[in-house]
Amino acid sequence: MSLTVLIVDDSKLARMSVIRALRSLCPGWSHLEAANADEALAQMQKNKVDLALLDFNMPGRDGLALAAELRAMDATLPLAVVSANHQEEIVRRATDMGAVFLEKPITEKLLAGFLSSVAESPKPAAP
Amino acid sequence: MQSAAPVLSDLELDALTELVNLGVSRAAVSLREMVGEQVLLSVPNLALVSSARAVEILKEREDRNLVAVHQAFEGDIAGRAMLIFPETKSLELVRAVTGGELPLEDIIELEQEALAETGNIILNSCLATIANLLKRSLKMSLPEILRGQGTDFFALSPISEADDVVMFLYIDFAVRQRDIRGYIAMLMDMPSLATLKDLLGEFIERTVGTTG
Repeated sequence: MSLTVLIVDDSKLARMSVIRALRSLCPGWSHLEAANADEALAQMQKNKVDLALLDFNMPGRDGLALAAELRAMDATLPLAVVSANHQEEIVRRATDMGAVFLEKPITEKLLAGFLSSVAESPKPAAP
Repeated sequence: MQSAAPVLSDLELDALTELVNLGVSRAAVSLREMVGEQVLLSVPNLALVSSARAVEILKEREDRNLVAVHQAFEGDIAGRAMLIFPETKSLELVRAVTGGELPLEDIIELEQEALAETGNIILNSCLATIANLLKRSLKMSLPEILRGQGTDFFALSPISEADDVVMFLYIDFAVRQRDIRGYIAMLMDMPSLATLKDLLGEFIERTVGTTG
């Protein structure tokens, strides 16, 4: 099963880091990149996205605001909100939206945990 | 003013911003523990500017009297980190970290000590994260409380004797539910920036592999 992962982070380095881990863990998967919420929404409209990792602290709308918008577009899309800022309010808002909170910097181990939770969850129903 | 644009590549600037973002995010977690309220952070602003321009930036943002907790750091890279906020907000910060139950006279008496300790925790948390990610150790000075205007803080040089270009980085923070806001600022001089460039190269390679 090959999935497409949307990686949203204003830091190119952070995106490269996730891509590196993703290639190592799931070589057959593809990825899309976005540097902000608007680019992420454009990617969602143009492409089929199976899961998304969203940086929390971005210029413009933050990762939680973006998560809410993505939820409105696709209620079953697996989401991870990513940040070193693990204050309980942020973690709770992420989990309340059904997103996983992953602490930066993203390691292969952390990403593997999120990906396996996605793989184990029931496949979203086709629209 | 000498242009500093070529000093760091776009990816190196990106890596530095991300490093500081990680450091400040962890510092925000520490501050949140201390004040019991969510701490809001802006996206980091990083600029390579003259120290005069750094003062202008501070003045444009806040022209009232300021209080800063200042810590110098040295090691492979050297510079200064400051937690800066309007003087009018300092007692409110002290009130927040002391639990809000002390009478005003006690808060005033504790102000200096509480500010130093708060700054120490936040700045150390931030700098230690950066040092760990760069795989270098940094020696931090004891916190010092400064009062005055941005000009006074930046006149502390040994910084930037050669070409007066400094890395100036600032992030806004605010405490939700309380009237507390300020900035975290970091300055680094040019010789340190040259070393930092090498360290960032190593960090980028560890993070994403060779980029070529």
